[in-house]
Amino acid sequence: MSILALQGVSKRYGALTVTDDVSFAVPEGQALGIIGPNGAGKSTLFNLITGNVPVDAGSIMFDGQDVTRTPARQRCLAGIGRSFQIPQPFSALTVFENLCVAAAFGRDLPERAVAEDCATVLERTGLIGRANAPAGGLSLLERKRLELARALATHPRLLLLDEIAGGLTDGECASLIDTILEIKAAGTTIVWIEHVLHALTAVVDRLLVLDFGRIIGIGDPDEIMQSPEVREIYLGIEA
Amino acid sequence: MSAPAYTVRTGTRASRLFGWGLLALLVALVAAPLWADRGMIQDLFFILTMLVLAQFWNLLAGYGGLISIGQQAFVGLGAYAMFGAVIVWGVNPVPAILLGGVAAVLLAIPTAFFAFRLVGAYFAIGTWVIADMARLIVSQWQVVGGGTGTSLPREARADMWGVETIAALFDMRAAAARDVLAYWLALALAIATVAGIYALLRSRQGLALAAVRDNVEAAGAVGVDAKRMRWSIFLVAAFGTGICGALIFLQNARIAPDAAFSVVDWMAYVIFIVVIGGIGRIEGPIVGVLVFFVLQSTLSQFGAWYLMALGLLAITVMLIAPRGLWGVISDRTGLQLFPIQRRLYGGRIAKETP
Repeated sequence: MSILALQGVSKRYGALTVTDDVSFAVPEGQALGIIGPNGAGKSTLFNLITGNVPVDAGSIMFDGQDVTRTPARQRCLAGIGRSFQIPQPFSALTVFENLCVAAAFGRDLPERAVAEDCATVLERTGLIGRANAPAGGLSLLERKRLELARALATHPRLLLLDEIAGGLTDGECASLIDTILEIKAAGTTIVWIEHVLHALTAVVDRLLVLDFGRIIGIGDPDEIMQSPEVREIYLGIEA
Repeated sequence: MSAPAYTVRTGTRASRLFGWGLLALLVALVAAPLWADRGMIQDLFFILTMLVLAQFWNLLAGYGGLISIGQQAFVGLGAYAMFGAVIVWGVNPVPAILLGGVAAVLLAIPTAFFAFRLVGAYFAIGTWVIADMARLIVSQWQVVGGGTGTSLPREARADMWGVETIAALFDMRAAAARDVLAYWLALALAIATVAGIYALLRSRQGLALAAVRDNVEAAGAVGVDAKRMRWSIFLVAAFGTGICGALIFLQNARIAPDAAFSVVDWMAYVIFIVVIGGIGRIEGPIVGVLVFFVLQSTLSQFGAWYLMALGLLAITVMLIAPRGLWGVISDRTGLQLFPIQRRLYGGRIAKETP
């Protein structure tokens, strides 16, 4: 069964159509990668799925429920977790407190009940050593990991990752891939927007290509990367 | 390797020592009528009420990101509701203080409804406009003296709960006993305010408040209801500010619209206190109110120069130490008297002493 299904989703800003009749479904436990040039509407697609931006047309189903008009907070409680493309930590709080907020409110639990779980997430994401550091003082890699950790702390059934590998060194990227593979192995469905293609292909089952807000290909990553249309779009970015 | 056990702690050794010091201070303050003269009791009353106003404004601006400059609406309306209840219904002034808080909340609901549609500077100006409208409307209320104001009726002053007992207890005149009563009420209100805000910040809601302040969008994405948080603290701050306003004018025994809705007395000074002391910290207003009191008692005889000196000092502190005097002290020494930071210990975390 599909955990996430979009049907004919569109979004316009004035005359500009940023999401154009997009339909796709993600089976539970699978990982879907989304690629496309800058401005193709990838992040907007995430904002539509999380409810940060309302859709103009079409419907979004999550876990068999129509969530098209559901507020962002309710979708989070239902099990949709996300990381932001530009890390958005609660900078005056510590790393541990950032996770506490997410765990306590994203799952609607008392603070005491989530502490141990937050520590576990910090261990899994390699941040345990920085638990008591203010989030405002983290390095780029640590901020990206915090984005991931904070999304995980809400115990999402669907995890949306927005360019989480961008700007990292090869070594950092490899360790991040390991972490994401572990999350996937634990049964979490993943939708991942990424420009770093080798990171994406190491994890995802299928690849979706977005251009000018439209889907121009979806399927097996190798086949997608071989298709002439995709090669043309990516010619300037990837050889 | 066995599963590592983690514990969360907020307290520090300094904060535990401070706790005992605070307890001793509170005992001394409760006993103040035994060691302080009437002038000192009035000064302490002033410090405590300004502290309460500053704590509530700090909750709004420093934790909720709601920079209101219309809190004088709640001071004024709270005070007028108390006077109205006493004059119109003959309620005893002491319980009428609570009605001041209720009236402030009733005004805060429509205020929030309109002002929450505004963001940043527009929100600030919107609250100010609403406060001035409240002043103009109350000025039309003839039973409480209209634009010129009125005094608390003689009988109401004489019958105030507890005054007779206090007068007999300390062998003092009724006027001095009323000051003691107002002082004790202010002390109780200040303790309840600081303790209440501290408890809020240490709770789950306190974390959410900080998250909303730091990043509204991300807070929503992890399930925090930002709108509800803002509504609750705005109403709570209005209630406390209204009670404090009623208490200030109970001690004053005289009220007029310009004094009750004064933007200088209840807003400019309050902002000064919070900014000087350190915004977004419980300790900030405490440090700020002490600095403000010292400045006021030494410089206020210089009239306009005093206000200019206050302004200059506020600008200097904002430029040199944007997080206030307590921010400087805390950054240098790591001191937290009211710790709210949750720290994780044990497990795979390198040894740290709490």
